[in-house]
Amino acid sequence: MSAVDLKLERTEGWNRPPVVEPDGEGELLEVAMGPHHPSTHGVFRMDVALDGERVIRLKPVFGYLHRNHEKLAEGMSYLGSMPFTDRLDYICPLTNNWAYALAVEKLTGQQVPERAEYLRVILGELTRVMNHASAIGFLIQEMGASGTPLMYAFKEREKVLDLFEALTGARMMVNYMRFGGCRVDATESWLAGARKVVAGLPQFVDEFEQLLMTNEILMARTQGVGILRPELAINAGVTGPMLRASGVNYDIRKVDGYGIYNRFKFRVPLGEHWDVYDRFMIRLLEIRESIGILEQALKDIPTGPVMDPKAKIRGFRPKPGEAYGRIEAPKGELGFYLISDGGPNPYRYRIRPPSLINLTILEDMCLGQNVADVVLIFGSVDIVLGEVDR
Amino acid sequence: MLGEGILKGLAETARNFAGSFVSADRLTTVQYPEQRIAPIEATRDFPFLVYDGADWEAGLRCVACQICEKECPPQCIYIVKSTDKKPDYVGKQQFYPARFDIDISVCMSCQICVEVCPFEAIKMDTEFELSTTDRFGGLLHDRKELAKSNEHYHKIHPTEALEVDARLAEEKAKTEAKAKAAAAKAAAPPGTAAAAPQKPVPAAPGETTA
Repeated sequence: MSAVDLKLERTEGWNRPPVVEPDGEGELLEVAMGPHHPSTHGVFRMDVALDGERVIRLKPVFGYLHRNHEKLAEGMSYLGSMPFTDRLDYICPLTNNWAYALAVEKLTGQQVPERAEYLRVILGELTRVMNHASAIGFLIQEMGASGTPLMYAFKEREKVLDLFEALTGARMMVNYMRFGGCRVDATESWLAGARKVVAGLPQFVDEFEQLLMTNEILMARTQGVGILRPELAINAGVTGPMLRASGVNYDIRKVDGYGIYNRFKFRVPLGEHWDVYDRFMIRLLEIRESIGILEQALKDIPTGPVMDPKAKIRGFRPKPGEAYGRIEAPKGELGFYLISDGGPNPYRYRIRPPSLINLTILEDMCLGQNVADVVLIFGSVDIVLGEVDR
Repeated sequence: MLGEGILKGLAETARNFAGSFVSADRLTTVQYPEQRIAPIEATRDFPFLVYDGADWEAGLRCVACQICEKECPPQCIYIVKSTDKKPDYVGKQQFYPARFDIDISVCMSCQICVEVCPFEAIKMDTEFELSTTDRFGGLLHDRKELAKSNEHYHKIHPTEALEVDARLAEEKAKTEAKAKAAAAKAAAPPGTAAAAPQKPVPAAPGETTA
């Protein structure tokens, strides 16, 4: 099976309308893919213009899930926005909590106790494992393997969610992190449970690799499909596994070393072929690195408080100023930009969502591909519409 | 060999299929209404009001300070403060909620009301089978539906409830010691215990909003 002829003779520049000439036989067919299609249920549409099977134009249409999150947050206390951040990227709520807490801590200059930092790393990496496993599951599901890999991923996700529930009280809408620490402390038995789950993860990844990695159908469908050139990725502001699959070495855990990430040893996997298969493999490799971080963090976690004793839950007024807190969320750079005017609620509250910005290059990746590959390329971006629309 | 990867994958699914008969780790589903997973202690869904003693109306810890109403992110709490006072658990005269409604169709179970409550009066329940045929009234819980005993709290969150009880007992001891000291100073103690637990008659919910 030959790879799709890519025909990248487009004008340079990443946001220019592409010049792809139809072959002149017949007319273009415009198809609305969505809002109901295999990967997003009623919240995302792609308006595709087709010449035969080839994609000539593609326009992503979103906004179906807009909830006015940013404006609502400007009328609410700093704490009041915390539960709403769970609903941004609802697959990985804890990293959203973390990014927001980091931004407010920068604004107020609060310190986070050692144990809380370790807990945040543990929860963040568990979230990354869970997100990448499900992202692969969804990607394969979109390829037509209805269910099996996704359910294997969810079987593992379920164990992680049980851990989250035992610690935070909820499986998904956790509302766990606070400015200056974490809400509740993890008990010894919880940590033992976490160690047990982490010890089982390598076997899961082995099985997952066995199931998928050398599968001929998967390779034929994904290799050479949806190529994202590194220069385009950098220009478009793409971050996360998408960017690293395009061979750019940029991981905010390494670049910023926020929290205590500079204490852990881990490698950053990079892609060589910049295609969908690379994005799939990058996620598998990142799960392995995350397991390494988890093992180190669970070994070293100190005792002590999980909350800054001086931290106030309600009624605090940060000094006028601005802060930008960013973390390496499983999907890319997640940042919160806050401006305080000295009042009890933020003057401006802005989110830099990885999903939305990674979605902007969807057209560039899909041009010249078959219409069947569009869904696949879309799946490899790994977006959550809660974050795209906010 | 072409197809080797597919065969390897199929071997994996076969292992899982066969394994699900022998290993509990590989069979992860339960048949819900008949089988249930053991409850996790930290679980939360909707808030309830804690009361001490046998009478829910007299024992409500809530003093209608309305902090939770103000802090609730989706604004699902509605409180009407009473005009008269009743004694709380330390015997101090306090207001009480003449009306306390939570719209659980709006509530998002974030637990912020529990965190900001200075009186340990509102806690998170674990009851999740709340479906009803009444879309509006059925999901708008008033204070009678919300009131649940401290024993119930002990049953669903034992560790947390013990901590709360210890904290309240400590506070009560502190207040009593203070009252005793004040009484010794005044030499004519009125006695906190003398304040009869006179139960005020709260207005019916319909009347207060009028």
